[in-house]
Amino acid sequence: MTTIPLTYPLTLGAILFGLVLYGALTQRNAIRILMCVELMLNAVNINLVAFAATLREAAAAGQIFALFVMTVAAAEVALALAIILILARRESHIDIERVHLLRW
Amino acid sequence: MIQLAWLIPVLPLAAAFFIALFGHRTTGKGDRVGIGAMSIAFLLSVGVLLDTMGGARWAQHLTWAIHGDLVLNLGFQVDPLAAVMLVVVTVVSLMVHIFSVGYMHGDVRYKRYYAVLSLFTASMLGLVISDNLLFLFVFWELMGLCSYLLIGHYFEERANVHAANKAFLTTRVGDVGMFVGIMLLFAAGGTFRFDELAARIADGSFALPVLAVAAILLFIGPVGKSAQFPLHVWLPDAMAGPTPASALIHAATMVAAGVYLVARGYALFAPVPQALEVVAWVGAFTALFAATIALVMEDIKKVLAYSTISQLGFMVAALGVGAYTAAVFHLMTHAFFKALLFLASGSVIHAVHTQNMHQMGGLFKKLPVTGWVWLIGAGALIGIPPLSGFWSKEEILLDAWHHHPAIFWTLVAAAALTAFYTTRATYLTFFGTPRDKHAYDHAHEGGRVMTYPLMILGVLAAVSGFVASPLAGFVYFGEPHHASFDPFVFGVATAVWVLGVGLALAIYKYNLVSRRAIIQVFYPIWVVLKRRYYIDDVYQYVFVRGMIGLALVSAWFDRHVIDLIVNAVGWIGRKVSEYVDEFDRGVVDGIVNGIGGAFVVGSRVLRQVQTGFVQSYMLVLFLGLLAGLAILVIGG
Repeated sequence: MTTIPLTYPLTLGAILFGLVLYGALTQRNAIRILMCVELMLNAVNINLVAFAATLREAAAAGQIFALFVMTVAAAEVALALAIILILARRESHIDIERVHLLRW
Repeated sequence: MIQLAWLIPVLPLAAAFFIALFGHRTTGKGDRVGIGAMSIAFLLSVGVLLDTMGGARWAQHLTWAIHGDLVLNLGFQVDPLAAVMLVVVTVVSLMVHIFSVGYMHGDVRYKRYYAVLSLFTASMLGLVISDNLLFLFVFWELMGLCSYLLIGHYFEERANVHAANKAFLTTRVGDVGMFVGIMLLFAAGGTFRFDELAARIADGSFALPVLAVAAILLFIGPVGKSAQFPLHVWLPDAMAGPTPASALIHAATMVAAGVYLVARGYALFAPVPQALEVVAWVGAFTALFAATIALVMEDIKKVLAYSTISQLGFMVAALGVGAYTAAVFHLMTHAFFKALLFLASGSVIHAVHTQNMHQMGGLFKKLPVTGWVWLIGAGALIGIPPLSGFWSKEEILLDAWHHHPAIFWTLVAAAALTAFYTTRATYLTFFGTPRDKHAYDHAHEGGRVMTYPLMILGVLAAVSGFVASPLAGFVYFGEPHHASFDPFVFGVATAVWVLGVGLALAIYKYNLVSRRAIIQVFYPIWVVLKRRYYIDDVYQYVFVRGMIGLALVSAWFDRHVIDLIVNAVGWIGRKVSEYVDEFDRGVVDGIVNGIGGAFVVGSRVLRQVQTGFVQSYMLVLFLGLLAGLAILVIGG
């Protein structure tokens, strides 16, 4: 059986991570940032799954870890959306640059 | 009775304290307590004298202080000299106490007067029976205090305060010399007791020069206390006190103490002819010198004051020529007749409210009792036989003639002057025409409380001279001796008093020579006498002004030099603390504030990190992660 070299999925994950990192750092819309953060998790998941496929003896751990990450991501999205919702209600916008609540 | 001798000073002392503390609650504000105590003391004194004449002697010692080997005893002794003095002092003091009831009636400080009078007498009595120099000195000083209080009795007037100060300070000058003398004797002899000192002198353990110096130093005390030249200036001014108090001070207590001390310590003087010579000349000179001033005084009490100084000079001169018995005899008779004269003058002053003799005159008709007793006293003072003063003065002149003719002639001159000024005072006061009609009309004799003491003293002044020969065998130093009658001395003495009295009468009664003419002829001398030989002025300028000048110089020095130094020290301290203050503010506070400020500035810088932009946090997070990874990878 032909195996895909490990470097391919790792590269894919790295590119994806880089892209969404850029997005997370540059976007002003909170929803977009949230999406980018979710995609960062997915990039990590690609890595986990890729290593699980390559390292047979640790396959279970990698796959289970990926499942965990997805679960946590789902919970995180719920939480993050709730925060964004409150933000939207309070400020009537979700532009992250106009929110200084953490500032001194 | 003699065992109770210690009670004699204790009774008046207790009375003094009782009057001072509770006098105002008793009837008569304490005068009865004082008189009662004095009466008992007088009776005891008479008993003691009788016992002493029967041969009894008494001495008692209480240990007062122990210092190493040295034991100081509080000791009393009664010998013939002390016994005679006790009676004299208590008699005169009792009379003064009684007389004062009338004289001081209604005085604002009546109680205080009686308390001090009793304390004064107690001090004198204590001094008389002290057997050592130290306690004698204690009582001596107590008398100085009492005289100060009595002289300054009317302290509302500034002059009286000055007189009191003058008396206190002048006698203090004498006391310093006396105290040095006492300490010298103690250092050389190791004891204060008279009998032990006499024993040391007898067995020759004193070097004669030391004894001579000590005796002369000791004599300075009596010079001050008994108002001998040149420390006599306080006594005339002491007339500022109430007249009965003057009688006590100038007859029985204060001034007698000086003569008594010389008599008591005669063993110290006897072996040193030089010291006796000094004593004799001081006495004789004072006798003559004071008599000359008494010639021109207008104040009746001043005349008596200078006559007191003069008579004390007689006593001191007598001691100086070795006439021990005669001196004590004269001390006794003088105490009686001078107390009499003072109380009589008090009676006169009480009647006419002036002390100036030129405002009196003709008072004999108005004051018969006072007049008669005054005549007795004046006769005794002049030395008219058979009054007491004649006998004692005769004794002194006899001894002086035998031992020291120069002193004799000086004293004779003084006796002539005495006769003159006494006659003058008598005539101006009691005879002639009244010069102040108003005062004359209102003059009247004081009550019996004043006349009876005068009469008693009058009798004593008249008859006390007759004890001459028993006294000679009773009070003596070494061997009893009694100079036999000498027609020459008697003749000279009689001649001079007749001359003095005659001259005074010629001038004042018969106006043979006008007073004014005499004053004009002798004007320079008259002025000198009037100004009391300028001695008071010299003292005023030299000592009082000198002291004030010295004080001013000291004050200037204090203000300009001492204060300058002190201020400079203060200024330096201030400057130093200013620098310290700047250091504190600049450096210490700078460090503290700098630390605080650094935190403020640092946190102001650091808080910029907290941008509030979530994305920037995230960026830092990732950069940190990258850096960590880079270290991991590169550091391997």
